[in-house]
Amino acid sequence: MTEHVDRSEPDLDGAPASAAVTPADAADAARLVAFGLQPRLQPARDQEYAELLRRHREDPAFARLADAVAAGLGLVVLEVSPRAGMAVTAAEDSVFAVRMGDYARRAATDSGDRFLHGLAHLAVAALAFPRPEDLADDGYIGRVTVNGVDAFVRQACRRLEERAGEQGENTDPATDAPGLEAAWRIWARRSATGATKDARRPAASTTGIVAKALTFLTESGFLQRTGDESGGTYRTTARYQLQVRDMAGAAALAELLDLGVVPVTDGTPSLLPAEDGDDLELVADAGLPFHAPTQP
Amino acid sequence: MTSPASTDSVPPQLSAGPRPAPGPAADEGLARRLRALACTAPLHDLDARKANLAGEYSVYGMAEIALAGIDLVTLNMDFDTGADHDQIVARLIPRVAAQAPARPAAEHERVARWVLENLINVGSVDRGFRAVYGTFGPDGAYVRRDYDFKLIEEVPGPGGTVYLRTTDEAVNVLVGALDTDVTSAQIAAEVKLEVLINRGRLADAQLAAEQARYRTVQYSETLRRALDATRRNVRAVDWLTAVPDMIAEALDHVADRYRHENAILTNIRRARDETEEPEHKRRAAELVDIVKDCIRRHTQLQSRLLEAGPLFRAEQDRQAFATPLTSSGTDLYGHLLAPTLPLPLEQAGRVTDAFFAHGTGLRTPVSVRVADLVDLLLTPPVEREHLGAEMPEPDLIATPDDSRFSEEQLAAAMELLDLPADAPRRLSGLLAEARRTGDPELAYLVALLAVHAASPPVGTAYRQGEEKLLFAVDDGTELTDPEFGGADLIVGTALLDAAGMAAGRTEAA
Repeated sequence: MTEHVDRSEPDLDGAPASAAVTPADAADAARLVAFGLQPRLQPARDQEYAELLRRHREDPAFARLADAVAAGLGLVVLEVSPRAGMAVTAAEDSVFAVRMGDYARRAATDSGDRFLHGLAHLAVAALAFPRPEDLADDGYIGRVTVNGVDAFVRQACRRLEERAGEQGENTDPATDAPGLEAAWRIWARRSATGATKDARRPAASTTGIVAKALTFLTESGFLQRTGDESGGTYRTTARYQLQVRDMAGAAALAELLDLGVVPVTDGTPSLLPAEDGDDLELVADAGLPFHAPTQP
Repeated sequence: MTSPASTDSVPPQLSAGPRPAPGPAADEGLARRLRALACTAPLHDLDARKANLAGEYSVYGMAEIALAGIDLVTLNMDFDTGADHDQIVARLIPRVAAQAPARPAAEHERVARWVLENLINVGSVDRGFRAVYGTFGPDGAYVRRDYDFKLIEEVPGPGGTVYLRTTDEAVNVLVGALDTDVTSAQIAAEVKLEVLINRGRLADAQLAAEQARYRTVQYSETLRRALDATRRNVRAVDWLTAVPDMIAEALDHVADRYRHENAILTNIRRARDETEEPEHKRRAAELVDIVKDCIRRHTQLQSRLLEAGPLFRAEQDRQAFATPLTSSGTDLYGHLLAPTLPLPLEQAGRVTDAFFAHGTGLRTPVSVRVADLVDLLLTPPVEREHLGAEMPEPDLIATPDDSRFSEEQLAAAMELLDLPADAPRRLSGLLAEARRTGDPELAYLVALLAVHAASPPVGTAYRQGEEKLLFAVDDGTELTDPEFGGADLIVGTALLDAAGMAAGRTEAA
């Protein structure tokens, strides 16, 4: 944004009174925010939207006004650009925020289901942006499928199960303390799919939960459905990348740090992701029965 | 055990007999056996609960049907998919029917479905089973634990279909070799087979061969999973040495098994050809089929292994040679997902809640106007069209019946050809009898049916469980007839062993 030096005279904060806000400006700013509230609307398809975006970029006073309108409504502006449009998202406790109870009825009462729905969203993001570079690269488009996400989480669960088995401990959870059960078990235990009378996925199965997440994200303008293979295939939009990068990832990471779990290799800008620990190599050996278990 | 010499006041010989110490070491084996025992519980449970079903179902051996079902699913599991639900039911029905032949076929199917659904445990939300058992922890405290397991699981197949797979637990229970290493169990089974064949004990040999096949299936299942995992994440595995080594070793192993099984095959073939006793011959022939199937599965495994290399390279190209970026984002898997999964549910839930709250975007709240509400409430509900759009009434045009023979003629011909099994007849005699009926067309139909019977549809009869089959044989006698030429076929009826074939189908499946 620093390259816009063409409007040199009315510079930043230079004229507080000169650009008096007219009701028409306020209406335009609110209109831009309203466009932003329709996440599936693409700026390239709507001339008025594109025009307002251009004005936001070129007219700092108007930009401030639009941002203020958004903030007053309880929205956070992630980015304003031709590719993502007016990318806004709900601030915490805003009327626009999505509540878990509204999202899935069972999740309101059952902590296990609540976790499964949350994990599905986390796993979709992790599979859509498998490497840190993918999340950072604005041009990257991730692809996910319903069955792929489920298999991805199951694989991670199996890895944990194998590791638990290698330690030779009895890892079956204690009966009367459901909150202390290791989280991965909840997913591993839930059936992947099931036959139903009307040939639809059971909503409580893991593929049902993932499909719900993907459908919901599509409605949020975060994904686009591209086909029906593997239970449904989707690709990511610029908005989703912004949302995950700037909002969700940071919030979840903060929560994790709050719990005292500090992920290793945090902050090192290495090409290798943190998952490249030796534990994965171990599992690669253990996964193939042909391989004699050569413990390092 | 480097603890200093005990100075306990009680000498060992005075302790009250060999008492198992209630410690983790002793409990480890106990827990394993309890888990193994738990896997059999759903089968016992079937027989216990059959009394509660509406109807008199005590004649059915539910555990037997269940075990047969697990067998069928295991053997029909392929590399990519699993076993088809309806196909399993269809293959179970002959066994159910054999248990209560007098009952209607619909009931047989109901029983087969009931057993299969209970093995999946359709009613529960996890579609699995849970057993509770207790162990002593390292600190001597008694802890009750949940053991969750599945016997048959449903997995998504291509095109949104659902397939069945037996779990490792089910395979282990089924084979009876609990808690054993896959590789060693397979080798053991094969050695056993060889020994048995050398001693001429084929009945046991077949059992061992079937066990070997179960192991082979279990084997490919494990491999499929491993390949899936590597396909998802190239950098998760060491490309320089570990993967190529692993594949080479796996290929060696397949080659080894292949040699081994071919040797067995040769041995059994010899046993089959040399033995005099028909029962031995039959068993040896079955054994040949089983080992052939093993070899087929190994070949399949091998082709998968060969594909692994190019697949890795393609993924490598796709993922690793993209231009690296200087800025680094959050590593969602390494920083978030992987650390979250092992956390206790309570804590993990907080992380996923945070991600959900910030990762789902926004929803514009719905505000209702009274005017709309009235309309909305007065609109009759739209019926869900689960049947799809209404079909237009088809406009049917009666087609002229242009068949050469009428239904009555066919019935007359079939009656003529309904020969007793022990008295085959010449075609010439049948033709003469057909002409005596006064219908000149009937002789043509009889001749046609007889010619068809020269190549009887054995495969179809076998699959459909027919009880008898019309056949015709040419013994070289010329047919002297004013209207037809060719061989004077011997036409007869062969009785088929329907029950034996049904059993054969089940085994061969």
